[in-house]
Amino acid sequence: MSRPAHFKFRLYTADDSQNSAQALANLKALCATYLPERHDIEVINVFSDPQRALTDKIRMTPTLLKLAPLPMQRVVGTLSQTSKVLLALGLDPPP
Amino acid sequence: MKNVRAAPVKSSKKKSATGITGFDYITNGGLPAGRTTLVVGGPGSGKTIFAAQFLLHGVTKCDEPGIFVAFEEAPERIASNFEAFGWKMESLPSSKLFFMDAQPTAVLIQAGDFDIGGMLAALGAQARRMGATRIVFDALDIMMALLPDAAAKRREIYRLNAWLLENNLTGIVTARAGGHEASMLGDGTYGFMQFMVDCAVILNHRVTLGISQRNLRVQKYRGSAFDENEAPFVIGEGGIDVAVARTRDRVDANVSSERVSSGVKRLDTMLGGGYYRGSSVRIAGFPGTAKTTLSGAFAEAACLRGERTVFISCDSDGAEVVRNLTSVAIQLGRFVKSGLLLIVSARTVMGSAEAMFSRIKSAATLHNARCLVVDPVSAMSKAGNELTAHNVVERLIDWSKAQGITLVCTSLVDTSEGQMGAGTPLHISTLADTWIQLNYLVQAGERNRGMSIIKSRGTAHSNQVRELILNDNGITLADIYTARGEVLMGTLRSEKESTEGIEREHARVQTKLERVRLDAEQAELEVRLKSVQTELIAKQLEKELLARTTASRKVGVSRRSAQTRELRGADTVKPGRKPQ
Repeated sequence: MSRPAHFKFRLYTADDSQNSAQALANLKALCATYLPERHDIEVINVFSDPQRALTDKIRMTPTLLKLAPLPMQRVVGTLSQTSKVLLALGLDPPP
Repeated sequence: MKNVRAAPVKSSKKKSATGITGFDYITNGGLPAGRTTLVVGGPGSGKTIFAAQFLLHGVTKCDEPGIFVAFEEAPERIASNFEAFGWKMESLPSSKLFFMDAQPTAVLIQAGDFDIGGMLAALGAQARRMGATRIVFDALDIMMALLPDAAAKRREIYRLNAWLLENNLTGIVTARAGGHEASMLGDGTYGFMQFMVDCAVILNHRVTLGISQRNLRVQKYRGSAFDENEAPFVIGEGGIDVAVARTRDRVDANVSSERVSSGVKRLDTMLGGGYYRGSSVRIAGFPGTAKTTLSGAFAEAACLRGERTVFISCDSDGAEVVRNLTSVAIQLGRFVKSGLLLIVSARTVMGSAEAMFSRIKSAATLHNARCLVVDPVSAMSKAGNELTAHNVVERLIDWSKAQGITLVCTSLVDTSEGQMGAGTPLHISTLADTWIQLNYLVQAGERNRGMSIIKSRGTAHSNQVRELILNDNGITLADIYTARGEVLMGTLRSEKESTEGIEREHARVQTKLERVRLDAEQAELEVRLKSVQTELIAKQLEKELLARTTASRKVGVSRRSAQTRELRGADTVKPGRKPQ
């Protein structure tokens, strides 16, 4: 197996709303478990940068954007259903 | 979140006009400004049109930029759909009308709960940038369906409402609900929403006997009086057109005592000069009693006065009307050509009475009509429209009155109904100012037309039935023959008339002869009188002569006796008498 890909994530959050906080926590835990040392997480608070939300067409928060590896992928929600998120991100669920 | 409902009340009287004909009237000015309005209705009930019209009116008429958040359809599609109404949304700059595509994409993966904070943040930025005051969330239910549970839905609706209030935006949230109103209220999410918002409008779309009937009801409106009844509406050429029920203040607007000709001279004299300008006339009768002809005569007279006229023909095509009326010397073709007269063929198969009314209104308005003919108005009450037609005709009458348009409607009376035709499905007889009834009288193998004026408000009118005669020269009204309980028309009348004529001639000759005879007798007597008078004069002369002769004789005698006495020397004093 070749060198595992580096994952770049961008998470759009709405201030520190419960959903957003939960999503960030879930994302961090997920990365720590499945992508140790090979991920970047960028957090954008749409309330402090609404223009960004407009141009990036963010409708629901939290929205997770997987920028790399391609294809880009968008996942909405608290990311609490881990297996579903892993599938969406193209990661193999744990055996 | 509890503070949402206690949000500071901004000038409560302020309203945001929707530009929807009739709706602003019902709500005394429009939607509550700075508040949220919920528009619910079944699929195809006109929610999106309602919302879009509100936005567009704001942009084009009130200088209020607006934002359209589309959950259901792509903004481009919405804009192109509305081109049918002549709304050029795409040509408006996005600084005035901004579309946000908020359709959940098919590739969207959802994992867990979410909120719409991101969208609201983006919208807030956009609204501030363009100074928007109006916003529409179209088909919010699409977004809500993605939320996992009722609690989450409530939370997001609260969030949205709070955000709207906070940003002082006048918002419309449309949501799809079951076709039936009862089910809307039962629905947990929207039932709750109806309590939260300041104004709720319910759009209904029913199909009765294959005819589409739409109506709208303002369910609630905090802090304002509104018309609580269901109001029919149509989606017409220019968007939504809400019918305003019996108007309170417009009807008396244009009362005129000017008379306009009915097109038939004798009818004008029966009515004391014609119809009143701006009044409504109902010409009722059985099939073939010349209803169209009478209304055509009215239209021709109007055009001859140079008044713009609209003729709505529900039975036949315009060209047919023109051709048929030519046979009774009513020439409408020339006015159609000159543009003075507009004939609209409106076969009622096309839809509801409401839609028809809307078409009539727009035709009359566009043509700038002063006179309007609807032939026959009873066509509106065809299958599926029985319930609404009456109301529509009422409003047609009110509307034309308010516009100062003289309205002539014909009304077909079913042959199965009574002679008076008072029981027509459309009880407009009480509303029309003038009611002309046309009848048949079948007698001696003939069917003749009779006309009478049943009522004519505010004018003295003849109580007599007249015979209506149509021929190449036009329409004439003849007195019918009534005597000894007989009513005669047609040939019988003319026979009776000729018999009577002979009798009259005979009597006239008799009288003449008698007069001659009397004249002769008188002359004779006069002659006799003259000769007697002459005789009398002769006698008088004779008498005079006699008297005169006698007198002179007496003088002669006394003179002579005096002479004699002198001669005889007689006493100067008579003997026996004292001397002087």
